[in-house]
Amino acid sequence: MNETVTIKDKFAAALKEFGLPRLIITGFLVLLLVMAPFVGADLPTQISNIINRFSWNGILVLAMVPMVHSGCGLNFGLPLGIISGLLGATLSIELGFTGPVSFLMAVLIATPFALVFGSVYGWLLNKIKGGEMMIATYVGFSSVSLMCMMWLILPYHSPNMVWGLAGKGLRTTISLEGYYDQALAGIARITIGRISIPTGTLLFFALLAFGIWAFLHTKTGTAMTAVGSNPTFAKAAGIDVDRIRTLSVVMSTWLAAIGILVYEQGFGFIQLYMAPFYMALPAVSAILIGGATVNKATIMNVIVGTILFQGIVTMTPTVMNNMIHMDMSEVIRIIASMGMILFALTRKTEAAR
Amino acid sequence: MKNSFLAKASVPLMFILICAFCIPIAGLSPSYLANEIVTRMGRNSFLILSLLIPIMAGMGLNFGMTLGAMAGEIGLILVSDWQIVGIPGMVLAAIISIPISVLLGVFCGKILNQAKGREMITSYIMSFFINGIYQLVVLYLMGSVIPIKHSSIKLPRGYGIRNTVSLLRMRQHLDNLIAIKAGGIKIPVLTFIIIGVLCVFIIWFRKTKLGQDMRAVGQDMEVARDAGINVERTRIISIVMSTVLAGIGMIIYLQNMGNIATYSSHSQIGMFCIAALLVGGASVDRASIGNVFLGVILFHTMFIVAPRAGAYITGDSMIGEYFRVFVSYAVITVALVMYETSKRKAKSAAGEQLARAQEEEENAGKEQA
Repeated sequence: MNETVTIKDKFAAALKEFGLPRLIITGFLVLLLVMAPFVGADLPTQISNIINRFSWNGILVLAMVPMVHSGCGLNFGLPLGIISGLLGATLSIELGFTGPVSFLMAVLIATPFALVFGSVYGWLLNKIKGGEMMIATYVGFSSVSLMCMMWLILPYHSPNMVWGLAGKGLRTTISLEGYYDQALAGIARITIGRISIPTGTLLFFALLAFGIWAFLHTKTGTAMTAVGSNPTFAKAAGIDVDRIRTLSVVMSTWLAAIGILVYEQGFGFIQLYMAPFYMALPAVSAILIGGATVNKATIMNVIVGTILFQGIVTMTPTVMNNMIHMDMSEVIRIIASMGMILFALTRKTEAAR
Repeated sequence: MKNSFLAKASVPLMFILICAFCIPIAGLSPSYLANEIVTRMGRNSFLILSLLIPIMAGMGLNFGMTLGAMAGEIGLILVSDWQIVGIPGMVLAAIISIPISVLLGVFCGKILNQAKGREMITSYIMSFFINGIYQLVVLYLMGSVIPIKHSSIKLPRGYGIRNTVSLLRMRQHLDNLIAIKAGGIKIPVLTFIIIGVLCVFIIWFRKTKLGQDMRAVGQDMEVARDAGINVERTRIISIVMSTVLAGIGMIIYLQNMGNIATYSSHSQIGMFCIAALLVGGASVDRASIGNVFLGVILFHTMFIVAPRAGAYITGDSMIGEYFRVFVSYAVITVALVMYETSKRKAKSAAGEQLARAQEEEENAGKEQA
């Protein structure tokens, strides 16, 4: 008798912890997966799609973790890191590298950009503690629109990247065929029936995720968590709060740069100009769906969130189309992901500011 | 004192410089330029004025004004389906938009009350969220649930609204009703009268009990609460007012444009209005009617001349296009950064003052002992 009550209580507490929106989204995905075979959707292809998309987007979502840990909130300034990645990608091709080597070079070239941009961005965020998220959003927007001009002006010459007629100015989409298309995904790819698993990309994600996990357990990593949960206490304990925060921003920016390169190698194209503009929002909502809050995020949140979010993105169009011949996926995606962010923003997170 | 004036006027001064630099290069005739600016003033001022009230209530820049814009669009879509044209059509569209705006405004205000201290980012995400709902309504429910008769605005598949809805029979009816032509410049007098009425209303509203309450809430929520003001309610009212005004403003905006881009008209409007207001010298916690008009003139002058000047300098017209988008975002970024830094400075100054006062008290206590 007594036990049932406690189980019930536990269940209620777990439900509260889990949150209603997250429950709805998980339920929705389960419903889609159950319905898929009945409406004639091809389940193996769908699962293969989800795994693939997870491998493309995982690192972009992972990029949220350091900044959330140090109390800088959700990194709406993700586009800044993406731009470092894009600079690495385009410069690597411009310098004439081909094949998988071009991926390695893109990572190497993107890194200094990410470090510099990240340091400046971190310095700025230290000046405006408490208002990080709004300003991060606009730092992202400004940098994307500034780079729109730069893609036109910078002296790129590689014929595979510039507009054919004018001979200058980068194209909006650049094919990666012959460069690093499937550079990671092609490594040890496993194919079971119609399910194909990009082992290389998944391993790369696992490596970075483990790296972040391990980092968060080092002395500096613990300091980062301390700064995020109570800056005053951290300061009293002798931690240089501003330095730790900058470090977290640099890490987030660098992960975003690597994330976009991994995304491109799976997708097969580099997208320039306005493409990075809204890329922060799917990543933000993915980690929130995974159970993170504005000031708490774990690697598990990243993995669960990316699977759930990408699951919905891939499953809704097919299932919906087969069922009611109406493609409402885009609208559902917007409402679900934005609703999730709104929900997270309204939670009381009275961490000492 | 002088420093603070310079800091306040720095953004408008920078824009005056940009404009002064670009106007001669763009090579547009003065009458064309003047005409364009007057048109854009009539088109945008009302929308920008709708931002003032939440700033007064200390809720920052209301990125949720997009909600009102969507309500206005729904009103116009319905009216154009019912084939009510001209001024009556506009009035009816406004009447339809008001209850929708109120509903959205109350919803938005309640959510923002849950997210005190981060109103701006929340209202910004809110605009995306409601945009999803708007698409659901306009793309799927209109024509299937909400009756839409005319195939000219319906998608060929039988439900959903086309990408553009023509407002040809409403186009510039308000602007042209009383219009004066002075030296090749068309002045839409009636539109300006409406904008003037709104300005007078805002000035009057500031002096009412509710307006004073809002300012008190904007100054300090806790003090206002102790003074017996219902803080939550006051904040919701300010958002509702802003949303309703934005809805009406959107109708004025679209009658001037002459068509609705059903799925994109509203998406950029918040950003451009906020950028214009900030260019006029407003900040996140202080904005006046003067800022609105100065902002409209400077921002839109830049908007008109930048692409041409860019094309002349670099030989590529896209650069100017990107430049003006970049400037809009950069202005908002700079204004937000300035606001946050000054807020932090004020906070630490207040802390220091408190510490000093405490010290003095202690010293006084010692002396007595």
